[in-house]
Amino acid sequence: MPLYKEFTKGLWKENPVFVQVLGMCPTLAVTTSAIYGFSMAAATTFVLVSSSFVVSVFKRFIPNQVRIATYTVIIATFVTVAHYFLKANFPPISKALGPYVPLIVVNCIILGRAEAFASKNSVVRSLADALGMGVGFMIALVILGGVRELFASGAVFGYTVMPHWQPWVIMILPAGAFISLGILVGVFNLISTRMKR
Amino acid sequence: MKNALRMISVLIIVGLVSGGVLVCVYNYASPLIQRNEEEALQEAIFKVLPGITKYNELKKDGMTLYEGLDQKGNVSGYVFIAEGNGYQGPIRLIASLDKDLSRLTGLEVLESSETPGLGAEITQEFFKEQFRNLPVLLKIAFTKGAVSKPNEVQAITGATISTRAVVEILNLKIEEIRSVFGK
Repeated sequence: MPLYKEFTKGLWKENPVFVQVLGMCPTLAVTTSAIYGFSMAAATTFVLVSSSFVVSVFKRFIPNQVRIATYTVIIATFVTVAHYFLKANFPPISKALGPYVPLIVVNCIILGRAEAFASKNSVVRSLADALGMGVGFMIALVILGGVRELFASGAVFGYTVMPHWQPWVIMILPAGAFISLGILVGVFNLISTRMKR
Repeated sequence: MKNALRMISVLIIVGLVSGGVLVCVYNYASPLIQRNEEEALQEAIFKVLPGITKYNELKKDGMTLYEGLDQKGNVSGYVFIAEGNGYQGPIRLIASLDKDLSRLTGLEVLESSETPGLGAEITQEFFKEQFRNLPVLLKIAFTKGAVSKPNEVQAITGATISTRAVVEILNLKIEEIRSVFGK
């Protein structure tokens, strides 16, 4: 498989949210606006790329029996770094994301990529794979956050695009997250099947 | 046996390196985080007590009250922070009292996770405005109808629990403040 395909598979064919349906907790919880979705995905991508890199570099030294424990410590370290970085430099975003940044530790995309990919592939391929998955996650969260923000307030990324919009309160509530995600996954599947024909 | 030793040593090394990294990150971030918190507090105090030029922190019996001073150094009011449970999570308020501790002069919501469109209306100006110049010698009360007494505020439609939470958080804290700091 050519290297660029390791990257692009995460964007569409194996998109972590729309196809693998992983990492649903932050996907549903923080996407009340496009900017929160973006920040959450950026933090996740940082952790994903860094931990895939470290796991891939040290894969030969990690004994098989304790690999999950080792991966978890590595992931938790990067998550704490991201958490403190956001708290120190972007306090409003850190406050809005609340407990979901520390919860990146248990995001299955990250442990999943470490176990399924980084522990078996070269460093360069692992980086391409992690970056692709991270960007795929970001695309999904920004679309979902954008859609919810648009219907909830008539704005996207804080810029008003639909003035005089009567806000749909349900879109910022959890129910709005489920409805939007369901419709988006449906649209995604529709496009995929059309493309295969 | 050899394998067990290897497992133990790998885990120890990973743990030590991780700990070391976290120490560095914490040392870098903690002064910045503290500064952010102080700035947020300062901003909030100046917001509920406009017109002051500086403030002092008063501490007594484990309670903190901020004393706002105007240009001439006269006390223009006191600011307190109060916290309690709302409908969906904690509500944190900052409010100011006049210098006799007898009237509320301002209210801001620092933190809340109430239902958007209903309980979250407590952060709206029309609701907070009701607490401006509200006498607090009697307990604050709320009504669902028209306001008829001087110590009453009007509840938000569909969000009685959030309204009650705000009123009760304020009543409780004001009573404490008056018993600790009152003369």
